[in-house]
Order: sequence, then C-alpha cells, then structure tokens
Amino acid sequence: MDFVFYLISAFAVGGALAAVLLKNLVHAALALTIAFFGLALLFLRLDAQFAGFAQILVYVGAVAILVVFAILLTKGSEVPKEGVFSKSWFAGLAIAAGVFAVLTWAVLQAAPSLPNQTAVPAVTVNDIGNALMSRYVLPLEIIAVLLTAALLGAVIVAMHEKERAKQ
Amino acid sequence: MMQEAIAFTPQLDASSIARWLWLIPALPIVAAGIISVLKQPRRKLASNLAIGSMGISLLIAITAFAHVLSGWAHNHAVREVVNFSWLTVGTQSVELGWVLDPLSAVMLVMVTFVGLLIFIYSTGYMEHDENYTRFFCFLALFAGAMLGVVIANSILLLFMCWELVGLTSYLLIGFWYHKPSAAAAARKAFITTRVGDIFFLLGIVWLFAQTGTLLFYDHGAGSMEPLALGGLLVHHSHWGLTAAGAIGLLIFAGAAGKSGQLPLHVWLPDAMEGPTPVSALIHAATMVAAGVYLIARVYPLMAAGAIAPGTTTALTVVTWVGASTAVFAALIAVAQNDIKRILAYSTVSQLGYMMAGLGVGGVAVGMFHLITHAFFKALLFMGSGSVIHGVHEEQDIRRMGGLRKYMPLTFLTYAVGMLALCGVPIFFSGFWSKDAILESAHSWPLSHAPYYMLVFGAVLTAFYMTRQVSYVFFGEYRGHGHAHESPRVMTTPLAILAVFAVALGVIGTPAWPWFRGFLENHAASVEMHAFAEPAWLMLLLTSCVIVIVGIGLGWWIYGNKSPRSEEPDALQKAIPPVWTVLANRLYIDELYGATVIAFYYWWAKVADWIDRDIWGDMVSTVIWLTNHWARLNKFLDATMVDGAFDKGCEEIYNGGGVLARIQNGRGQIYLRLLAVAVVILAAILIWSGRP
Amino acid sequence: MTPLTGYLIVAALIFAIGLAGALTRRNAIMVLIGIELMLNAANLNLIAFWRYSPHSELLTGMMFAIFSIAVAAAEAAVGLGLVISIYRHAKTADVEQMNRMKG
Repeated sequence: MDFVFYLISAFAVGGALAAVLLKNLVHAALALTIAFFGLALLFLRLDAQFAGFAQILVYVGAVAILVVFAILLTKGSEVPKEGVFSKSWFAGLAIAAGVFAVLTWAVLQAAPSLPNQTAVPAVTVNDIGNALMSRYVLPLEIIAVLLTAALLGAVIVAMHEKERAKQ
Repeated sequence: MMQEAIAFTPQLDASSIARWLWLIPALPIVAAGIISVLKQPRRKLASNLAIGSMGISLLIAITAFAHVLSGWAHNHAVREVVNFSWLTVGTQSVELGWVLDPLSAVMLVMVTFVGLLIFIYSTGYMEHDENYTRFFCFLALFAGAMLGVVIANSILLLFMCWELVGLTSYLLIGFWYHKPSAAAAARKAFITTRVGDIFFLLGIVWLFAQTGTLLFYDHGAGSMEPLALGGLLVHHSHWGLTAAGAIGLLIFAGAAGKSGQLPLHVWLPDAMEGPTPVSALIHAATMVAAGVYLIARVYPLMAAGAIAPGTTTALTVVTWVGASTAVFAALIAVAQNDIKRILAYSTVSQLGYMMAGLGVGGVAVGMFHLITHAFFKALLFMGSGSVIHGVHEEQDIRRMGGLRKYMPLTFLTYAVGMLALCGVPIFFSGFWSKDAILESAHSWPLSHAPYYMLVFGAVLTAFYMTRQVSYVFFGEYRGHGHAHESPRVMTTPLAILAVFAVALGVIGTPAWPWFRGFLENHAASVEMHAFAEPAWLMLLLTSCVIVIVGIGLGWWIYGNKSPRSEEPDALQKAIPPVWTVLANRLYIDELYGATVIAFYYWWAKVADWIDRDIWGDMVSTVIWLTNHWARLNKFLDATMVDGAFDKGCEEIYNGGGVLARIQNGRGQIYLRLLAVAVVILAAILIWSGRP
Repeated sequence: MTPLTGYLIVAALIFAIGLAGALTRRNAIMVLIGIELMLNAANLNLIAFWRYSPHSELLTGMMFAIFSIAVAAAEAAVGLGLVISIYRHAKTADVEQMNRMKG
C-alpha cells in the first residue's frame, strides 16, 4: 500500500468522522461533501473512472445539496439545547464498534482466499454504454422508473400542507 | 259305610261348560269393578248389578252342576280342568286354571245360591245406610273371590283368591269404620288370618318345590294325582311325618286361620261388628267354609300314605283340633249375651265339627255338614238380623223377649234353623250331617275321645241354642220401643233357606247316600233297609238323647221365664266362677294380648329405635360429611384453582407489559437491534465458514 | 496486507462511522447522512472487489455501484422530503420525540 492510498483514505475517513461528530448540521453536511470527495478519489485510484465521476456528479452535486436544503428547511442550523447525541450514545457507539470488528474479522479471515488481480482493467465509457444497453438494459429501465417515482414521491411528500389539504 | 273312592277317569278335553266356568267368579268381580266407579246415590243400580251378576253366576253354576250330575248318573266321573300358563320364567311357568268336578260343582251352587239370597236380603237390611253402594261393591268382590277359591285348580290361584277373600272380609267387617271397635275387629281378623296364611304359603312353596307343579289336576301330572303324591311319601322326617303330612299340616294352618279353629279363632266373634248380611254371608256360609273346602280340595294330600283310611298324621291333627274347637267354642257360647256373638261361637263350634268330620270321615262327611250348616247358619244370622232390625238395633238378648208374638215369621224360620243346628232327628238336615260325623268318629280307629267330645259339644249346642231362643222369643218383651216384623224382602229369603234347612237332609241319609256317592264317584242307590242296621239305630238313639238332654235342660233352666236384664243369668247364679271364665271367653284374647302382642310392641319399639337413632345418625353423618366435603371443594376451587388461574393471568399481563416496552416507537432503537442481530448472524456465519 | 484488504478495511471503517452516526445522533437528517455514508462504504467495497477480480471485463461491480448510486440518490430525495414533511407536522426533527408508533 502506498502513501497516496493512505492520504486519500485519511481524507475520506476524516470527513466521515467530522460529518458524524459535528454539532452544527451545516458543517456536518459540508464535511460529508469532503467525505464524498475522498471516496470519489478512491474510486479513481481503483481505475473506476466512470464511477468516480458519477459519484461526484450525483453525490456531491445533488445529494449533498439536497441535504443542505433539507437542513435549511428544517431549521437545523440552530444547535438544539438538549444535545445532539441521544442519551444512550454509548450503546450506539458500541454497536457500531461491534459491527466494525465483525467486518474486519471477516475480511482478515478471508484474506488468503481473496482475488488479487493486479492487471488494470481496460474499460472505456464505450464499454459501459454497451453494457448498459445490452446486458443491463432491464436494470437501467427499472432505475429510470424508480427515479421517476422517487421524484414524484418526494414532491408529493414534501409539498406544502395547505395545498395538499385543499386537494 | 266308608267306601274307597274310585279313581276319576281322566278327561282329555274340557266340555264347553267347563271352558266357560271362569265366568262364574268373573261376573261378580266385573260388577264390583263397575260399582266401584259409580257415584254414591246410584244405589239401585249398584245392588241390581250385584244381584244380577250373582243370578247369572247361579244359572251357570246350576248348568255346570247339571253337567257333572249327568256325568255321574252315566257312570263316568266328571273332572274337567282348563289350565293355562300365566307367565313363563325361563323354563318354569306359573300355571293357573280351574276345575269342574263334583266337589267344586256342589260348592259353586251353594255359594251362588246363598250369596244371591243374602244379596237380596241386604237390599232391605242396608236400606237406611248411606254407604249402600260401597257395600254392594265389596259384597260382589267378595263373592267373586270366594267363587275363585272354589274353582281354582292351581294352588297359586287359590291362594290369590284366598287373600282377596281375606281382604274383602276386612273391608266388610270394618264397613262402619268410624266405629273404633269395628276398625279394630277388621284389623284383628286380617292379622289373625294372616298368621295362618304364612304357614299356608310355606306349604304352597314346599308343595311346588317338591312336586314341580302348581296345578291340582293336570292329566296325571298334578299335585293331587297319584304320581306326585307318591313322590311326597318317599321321605320321612321328624316324628314320622312324610313330606305329604308336613305340607298337609302347613296348609291346615292356613285353613285353621280362615275357619277359626282353636288358636286362631279369636277374630270370628269380633267380626260380628260388621253388618248382619256380612256375618251371614262371610262368617256362616262362605268364607269360613273356605278353610274346610281347602282341606277337602287337598284331601288326597292329607290322606296320602294312610295305613288305615283317614289316619295319617295330618288328618289326626285336623281331627283333634276340630274336636277341641267344637267343645271349646260351645262352652263359651253358653255364657254370651249378644245374639250375634252366640251365633258366632256356634259357627266356630260347627266349623270344628266340619274339620273333625273331614279328619275322621273324609271329604263327603265334612262337606255334607258344610253345605247343611251354610243354609241353616245363614238362616239363623239373617233371622237375628231381622230380630235386631225389629227391636231397633238392640243386640243384647236380655233386652229382648216375647218376640214370638210380634215377629211370627221370623220366629218360625229361626226355630227351624235352631232345630236344624241342634240336630233334631229325622226332619232337619243338621241331624243327618251331624250324625254322619258322629258315626265316622265312633268308628275312628285311633281313639274314641273325639267322639265323646263331639257328643258333649252337641249337648252344649242344643243347650245354648235353647237358651238363646227362650231369651229372645219367649217370655215378656223387655226392650224399649215397639217391636215389629221385618219387611218381606228380608223375610222371604228366610223362608227359602228354612225350606232348604229341612230338605237338604235327604241327600245324605244312609238309605240313599247320594251326596257321598256323588263326591266320591260311586253309585248310590236307595236302600231303605239301611235304616234297620243296628249301628245306625244306636246312633239315632244317641242323637235323640243328646237333643232331649240339651233342649230339656235349657228349657228347664230358662224356659218361659223372663229374667230382667239386670239379674244375673240363672246358670251364673249356680256356678259363678265357671260362668265368669266362660263369659270372658276363657281369657284367650287376654293371653294373646299379654304374650304375642306385647312381644310385637316391644319389637316395634326396638325397630323404631334402630331406625331413628342408628340409621338416623348414619344419615346425619353422611349429610355432615357431604356438607364439609362440599365446603372443602369450594375452598380449593376458590382459592387454589381460581387463585392460580388469576395469578397466571396476571403474570401474563405483566409479561406483556414488559415485552411491550421493546416497541417504544423510536426508530433508532429498532435500528440498533437490527445491527446487533446482523452482527450476531454474521459472526455465526463467519465462524462456521472458517477453514 | 493486499491492496484489496486495505480498501475493504477502509470501507468497513466508513461503514462503522456511518452506522455510529445513524444510531446516536438525534437529528433525523443526521441519521440520513449516516445512511449515505453506509451506502458509500458499500459502493467502495463493490468497486474494490471489481478491480481486483479476474473477470473485470464483465463490469459487474461497476454496474452495481452505479446503480447503487442512482438508487441512493432517489432514496435521499424521498427521505429528506419525508423529514421536511415531518418537521412541518411536529415542528421538530428530533427522532427521540417521534415515538407515536409506541406499542
């Protein structure tokens, strides 16, 4: 493992930590964006260029903005008085630690039998397009329907009360 | 004199009259049934039904008698039986049936005829009684039952009708049940005859067990037929008694109860509490004769195995008991003052004669006296009823007297009856029948004592009857009010009976022993020279002496004198202690009261104590136990079962409450639980997937 | 430690962090942020496995990740819309107070 990997990893993990720990929600959302960036870089390093850019486009460009919008609309910028963490935060932390332990243990356990192809995959966008249209056309269509439904659903759910009441 | 009976030739099918014989008892019973549902005011209908049924029964009886008579005249004996099986239990069946033979034919005619006359008499006597209807119901029932006893061929049927006779006798004696003395007399009659009936029942059971049949005559298989009797003679038990003898004695005990023989006679005088027609019918002519008839019916059994004719143990006992009763009752009759009571003791005495006659002389001798006695005793009772009616219900002879002038017809018929009873020679039937008995007793091989006892009894009979007649009909009238003759409906039957009291003697004279021949199934021709036999002439002389001594003595003491009612009796003045004993009926009733009855009361008290205290305590204990058991159950149920159940439910409720806390509506907690579950599952998977 | 293992451990770490946030933060939007992080960690896992698999020309891993991103976006939209709607109702986005489903 080389230095670059550690750097990017630190970036992503740090962003994730900040996103979870910061009290101010807007700061947390911005930290989240940094985490997304870090992950995108990791994708790039893994020679998944399309995935990396898609990550930036969708997550950073849409999801993060959406989160910020939601924070603004729910007045999340004010720091609540009771505290941002639940009373039994330690239980949650412990459970998360347990999950991490199990996952790491699984990985280390399976380490000898994991594949380790070092050749760089020769993937072009052309190939991805072809695959989308041939092999994965059905999931593609379904994703289209899903996104339409999600769009409509989000609009309806978040619509203003008064207008909905009139209907 | 006494000839051996020729065996009856067995008849294979019954003639038509024999088949319809059952109508004779059935008609009066049906009449009784109809009368029992009539309302009280329908008096005329009740008595007409009773009289009508008796009349038809009489006609049928006469027809049957004629049939038997014609058979006898043509020298084939008639004994026709109609048997049927009443119920069958397994292989054994209970047989009932009826028999038509000379004995039953004669008895049927006598009972229906005398019964009919008494029924007619009762319409006059019971005119003023308000329970007229009930009276005729019971009378008809009694008549039917008595006729049933007569024709019964099955000892069980005989016993059933016997008991029914006893029951109706109880009902009739206690007819005026409001009078405590009448109710007590009825009870006494029933219980005393019951004592005899227990032995009778034992005899029946033993007979049935030993011979296997209930029927008397059954084409050779009956219990009175030689085959069965032979079987009964095989074993000898105590005192040289065979089974036949023992059974005969048991049956005699039953007869002794019904016929008032010595130890069981106590009910007969008290039975005079009933209305006079009842006394006439039941206690003169029929019911008391049922005992004699029973012995006559089972005579083959009683006489079985005799070395000399008529000398079995059973018959010997019968003779002694009969002779003793005859004397005993005659002695008591001398000192009685109630007109009916004298006649009652006279009946007891004459029944003793009949039993003695059966014992020494056989069926014909005893039955002859039964028939003649039925007529003149019924006549005497009805005559006394007429007297009582005429002196306005007075029954004490010391308050009567001189009724000869006021009630001539009654006096005349009564005199005929009295003379017949005394055995005045030649003209009166009583002489012939009593003479036959004396003759047989005289020639009895075992002892002459019964003969002397019977002669003494005859003297006493003449004596007390003379006493009664002179008290009642001679002298001055000592009663109150005005005596008058009875209505024709009462005196006509008296006249008819008087005729028979005279005429019946004809059938039993030695010159023409028709009655004996008829009953024992041999020819009887008129032989006038029988009168010339020395033995018979000796007896005639004896009877004349008896009569003259008895009547003479009585007339001499009581004659035409008219003692006032407060004066003691002439004889009483002469021998006071003897008189007192006789007047008190030889203290037999008091003896029974001190022994049997006292014992019985004690036993009843013991039984009561057992029932009340011992059983009562047991029942109380059971109740207490049940009560507490129930309480225990309730406690267990309420506290334990219910408590446990309630507790269980409570715990489930609480448990539910505890479990409900898991669902607290907080999504984060659910998520945590999910994560924990995933961790555990993953751990398990990884752990099991290790190489 | 092979490169693949390294990536996998990083992904596990990010996943655990995201889970911790979803389990402990009180604000509903923070929970959603945690969920997004978890999804991203899964995507990383997928891409890593694709890169080091022998048949990477099949593009299985890549496709899976791309679709995952699309679905995650849709889900984020709807989820945040829900949070806004709830905020309008209950005037708060605190998950601890949303226990109307309490049994």
